[in-house]
Amino acid sequence: MTARPVPADPPTRAEVAVAACADAWRGDGEVLAAAMAPCSVLGARLARATFSPDLLTTDGGALLTREPVPLATGGAPAAEPEAEGWLPFRDHLWLVLHGRRHVMLGASQMDGEGRTNISCIGGWERPTSQLLGVRGCPGNTVRNTVSYWVPRHSRRVFTSKVDMVSGVAAADAHELRRVVTDLAVMDFGGPGRTLRLVSVHPGCTVEQVRDATGFDLALPGGGEAAVAETRRPSAEELRLLREVLDPRGARDREVPG
Amino acid sequence: MTPDAIAASVPDGAVLGIGGWGSRRKPMALVRALCRAPARDLTVVSCGGPDLGLLCAYGKVRRAVAPFATLDSIPLEPWFRAAREDGRIALTEYDEGLFMFGLLAAAHRLPFLPTPAGLHSDVMRVNPGLRTVRSPYPSPGGTHDGDGGEPEELVAAPALRLDAAFVHLNRADRRGNGQYLGPDPYLDDLFAKAADRTYLSCERIVDRFEGAAQTLLVSRAAVAGVAETPGGAHFTSCEPDYGRDERFQRAYADAAKDPQAWERFRAAYIDAGEDAYRREALP
Repeated sequence: MTARPVPADPPTRAEVAVAACADAWRGDGEVLAAAMAPCSVLGARLARATFSPDLLTTDGGALLTREPVPLATGGAPAAEPEAEGWLPFRDHLWLVLHGRRHVMLGASQMDGEGRTNISCIGGWERPTSQLLGVRGCPGNTVRNTVSYWVPRHSRRVFTSKVDMVSGVAAADAHELRRVVTDLAVMDFGGPGRTLRLVSVHPGCTVEQVRDATGFDLALPGGGEAAVAETRRPSAEELRLLREVLDPRGARDREVPG
Repeated sequence: MTPDAIAASVPDGAVLGIGGWGSRRKPMALVRALCRAPARDLTVVSCGGPDLGLLCAYGKVRRAVAPFATLDSIPLEPWFRAAREDGRIALTEYDEGLFMFGLLAAAHRLPFLPTPAGLHSDVMRVNPGLRTVRSPYPSPGGTHDGDGGEPEELVAAPALRLDAAFVHLNRADRRGNGQYLGPDPYLDDLFAKAADRTYLSCERIVDRFEGAAQTLLVSRAAVAGVAETPGGAHFTSCEPDYGRDERFQRAYADAAKDPQAWERFRAAYIDAGEDAYRREALP
């Protein structure tokens, strides 16, 4: 049995990524913080538990919870959390148009202008690989603040052309705010609202991120030297993640090492 | 009615809506019966899960109308994938909100409803029949003196009129009133209202409903037939009666990878009928 990290241990790559996801919601106020993958869901709940207490978060289902709740583990069902509201799928779709929502989506492909694809790989008429379908990405990106979480930064994901535009380009979107990966944080501050490197996670290099990106990634005004190091989570954030929100370590399974 | 009698009433070429969402509260007993029935060339309208997948596996689907297909805990639906990658089905791929507005329009007997969901995305490219409309009003969010902004261009979500719909709920009465007891109604009432004939299956038929009136989701006025099918959503979830049977769902997904395993799976669990399914498949 491996020992669970205690708050004194240095942050793992996953924990840096979760804190970077959380920062996407900084200053958002009373909006729904929606997310789907382990690290982005943890980011939303961590933001609410610390610096953005007005955020609304769910139990992963139809309940808006009174407090940010631990990540569901897929094992024995936890006790039903205390609800402060009800948000069935139809009301998510209402809220998408209403706009008081900042969602962190996933992307199987993303181009330099922020178009994303979760629908299929290859030609749409007869794809070589059918994925999920566009889901709510088109509506989300034209009406909500949208960030992205990509657990494996690679040229397969960051590609010069996406096969099926599910999420729209930054220039057509309501607001594409930031992209967090296992290596780096990016935004759309490049020329013509293109993807721009903001920070690399501790232990990662600018070169490594550029090598794993299939198009030219814009740099901050000061060039490579101006790329910051992604902040390390605080001791309190680590305690919340390790002891309260994700004691079973789903984050480290999504981003190993 | 029995599931087999309901399935037998679905004609070739029908546009069939299926309630539930992904791998949640799907009318699987009715879907299994439809797999055994003669109907073919169906257009299946669904927030897709194993309902759409099984019907693809049985070659029943000419076209799917869907924003996605997933098993939730297993991200991709194996038979929908195979049907798309083999070019065996046509697809009308909509954004989720566009899809819901299509059902809302049909439920209200409107030709369309306007929405921005789909603009600037390839939903417009792969659905060349989708049209946009220009708002006759200034858009909200204009200047404080009430001028308003430039009128918006919006997608006209066409009404998704359904010949028939299948919906599974927790309880129903013999007249066809239906009650859900779980956390989410999904779009089931919209499917029922958008369809000419709705068939309702349920975990249990009751003489009288317990619980709040707000849980009475589907009215007998919209229902053509009702079937009592205990475990009728299995292996998808039907909260609070039961959760998703993850082990069985895994067996379904694994069987889809291998032709011989699939022959065994379908013979044991679908071709043998619903009574056999209840004996063999339910935990």
